[in-house]
Amino acid sequence: MGYRVVVDFDLCESNARCMEAAPEVFEVRDDDFLYVLDETPPDSLRAKVDEAVRRCPKAAISIVDE
Amino acid sequence: MTARIVVVGASLAGLRAAEELRARGFDGTITVVGDEPHRPYDRPPLSKQVLAGTWGPERIALAVSADGGLDGLALDWRLGERATALDPRAREVMLAGGERLGYDGLVIATGARPRELPGTERLTGAYTLRTLDDCEAIRAALDAGPGRVVVVGAGFIGSEVAATCRTRGHEVTVLEALPVPLGRALGDEMGAALGELHLDHGVEVRLGTGVAGFEAGSGGRVERIRLADGNGLDADLVVVGIGVTPNTGWLEGSGLALDDGVVCDASTWVAPGIVAAGDVARWPSHRFGELMRVEHWDNAITMGEHAARRLLADLAGTAPDPVEAHEPYDPVPWFWSDQYDRKIQLAGRSSGADEVRVVDGDPAERRFVALYRRGDRITGVLAMNRPRLLMTYRGLVERRASWSEALREAGAA
Repeated sequence: MGYRVVVDFDLCESNARCMEAAPEVFEVRDDDFLYVLDETPPDSLRAKVDEAVRRCPKAAISIVDE
Repeated sequence: MTARIVVVGASLAGLRAAEELRARGFDGTITVVGDEPHRPYDRPPLSKQVLAGTWGPERIALAVSADGGLDGLALDWRLGERATALDPRAREVMLAGGERLGYDGLVIATGARPRELPGTERLTGAYTLRTLDDCEAIRAALDAGPGRVVVVGAGFIGSEVAATCRTRGHEVTVLEALPVPLGRALGDEMGAALGELHLDHGVEVRLGTGVAGFEAGSGGRVERIRLADGNGLDADLVVVGIGVTPNTGWLEGSGLALDDGVVCDASTWVAPGIVAAGDVARWPSHRFGELMRVEHWDNAITMGEHAARRLLADLAGTAPDPVEAHEPYDPVPWFWSDQYDRKIQLAGRSSGADEVRVVDGDPAERRFVALYRRGDRITGVLAMNRPRLLMTYRGLVERRASWSEALREAGAA
């Protein structure tokens, strides 16, 4: 079973904590916007993605198991 | 008998501690005591979205990732109840209503409360901002229509309130007793740069201006502020943001060490069966070589989680005290402040710096990164609308990089 990373871009404020936790998945670029590099990351990154979810000050990231 | 952990403080640090206790398998009773009537909620939007009226209070309920959400944690709530005393020998917390809560483990997470300005106690129309109830009172006053808002204190809370009120169309004046806003925290140059943000948006900032008193009209409603320089300032609404005091009053006489907060060791351990976290906790940071007390959102989370793990080790007897052998709590603090259309972020320590250097952008353009040096190390980074770079430099602080390495990273060596 995989999982999908969902970002609510209406909530995202580009604090970049997610990028710090899981740079393989999240990137805040020089335009100050967040880009999700991999919406269905491998299980090996799940702990990092979970950390990103927890660290987001806006609770803008969620994980959908699928 | 079932073990019981009492968490005193029902805000972010207390909730994350409770969540971590469950995540680590604690299946005893967790009793959470909070003096507000509300379940845990997120405070940062109180000076922004909720105050602006764009979010209702239901938007800020704190979520829990565990199955079943908050209810899934099966917490034993004591909301609207204040802890009044602690007896660490008997392992009991006394509540204002008379209940005595016995515990095996205790998490102290009582946070802090705003400092009051003398003369505002019996005044209508003068507020501090800490709680949802504070926020709703201020918002209701703003809803009454355009008015003259005076914010006392140009710190981060005061600045966010000023920005929100101004964005809502009110006339705003910020009074700051010091000659430079946030000068002690950020240094004069960066403090001034942040203060100038208000000027861009038509907010008047009066520096080096103390408050001498207030004049009230009918019903005790504030009408005018008397300034220390002899002048006066009309005001329909006053919001005071002059810092906070840790809530340790209930610990007086408990025997715990109190010194601008409850004093922990480097692992958040306070005394047998007791840990502390969040705004109320003060601990020695090896990384920065100082006793720290951090009033940030992020710290409430990470320290709450750390304290929960430390408490379980204490209860299991696997980490003998004194606890230097236990994993220290030694983060690089981080916080953000949103004002107008700018995002300000600070990581690490900016006070007591030997040097502050802008390495990217320009404060005059309201988009920049500045690094802070103590000795030959980078200890802090301040950014305005530079979140990506902020996190890059935070990583350098995290691994205790040298100043010259930081400058090389910046291409400024």
